[in-house]
Amino acid sequence: MNPVPPIRSLAALVTAGLVCMNAAFAATPAELAAGYAAQAGAPAQAARGQQLFTTSHGREWRCASCHGDTPVGTGKHASTGKAIEPLAPAANARRFTDPAKVEKWFRRNCNDVMGRECTPAEKADLIAWLSTLQP
Amino acid sequence: MKPSSAFLRHLLPALLALLAAASARADGDRAARVPALPAYTQECGACHVAFPPGLLPAASWQRLMQNLPRHFGTDASLDAATTAPLAAWLAAHAGSGRRASVAPPEDRITRSAWFVREHDEVPAETWKRASIKSPSNCSACHAQAGQGDFDEHRIRIPR
Repeated sequence: MNPVPPIRSLAALVTAGLVCMNAAFAATPAELAAGYAAQAGAPAQAARGQQLFTTSHGREWRCASCHGDTPVGTGKHASTGKAIEPLAPAANARRFTDPAKVEKWFRRNCNDVMGRECTPAEKADLIAWLSTLQP
Repeated sequence: MKPSSAFLRHLLPALLALLAAASARADGDRAARVPALPAYTQECGACHVAFPPGLLPAASWQRLMQNLPRHFGTDASLDAATTAPLAAWLAAHAGSGRRASVAPPEDRITRSAWFVREHDEVPAETWKRASIKSPSNCSACHAQAGQGDFDEHRIRIPR
């Protein structure tokens, strides 16, 4: 029996490592919403997510100020005018697939819109509602 | 008087001044065209034009990077691992010429003396157009601003 050539076993190891790394970072919107719902200890409610997204929380901006009331289209930064890619996963497959990026933007934007971070329940509701939207 | 001393006293200083002016201009162009750091384009360019680092002095960039959670009215916070290389890159490529010798008020590029001077022919109403909105919206008129190209021959002021 031939031993596995060292070069091939190294390549296999690197490939396996890359696959694992990928698996650790990539997620689906449904998985992320389920994770937040589990933290909240209650199932997500899309209607609450829509309410949170479209209404004012006593500050200058709503979520919809930049993303639009139905974020299946391109939004526009309320201050700089920079285009914002669609937020709904059905319109933009990259949305809600990178947990670190999702956390970064929830932190910043909830702070801008509500003056505090969003709770896990609110994050679950928002993703649940956005996932119902179709372009 | 020997011709060589006349040359030294009059012509040489004039030539040197010309050379210095030419090289300052070249510096200015180079400052605007530092190849962007991908993380800078990705993080900072997500919300606004990826402003060329040469447009602000190092002291301004340092204050901005230390204060990202309160960034001109919005929370632009980043984790420390992301912030550190961005801050180092901005410090390394910050403006160094006469333009960047003084930090502008509030560390705003648009309040730098040179910015105000370069745009003094733009009427106040023009800035308020929906298509422009703010002097910080470089790319409204300088389409290639994100690539550091502010060539005045390519300016198109939108209606």
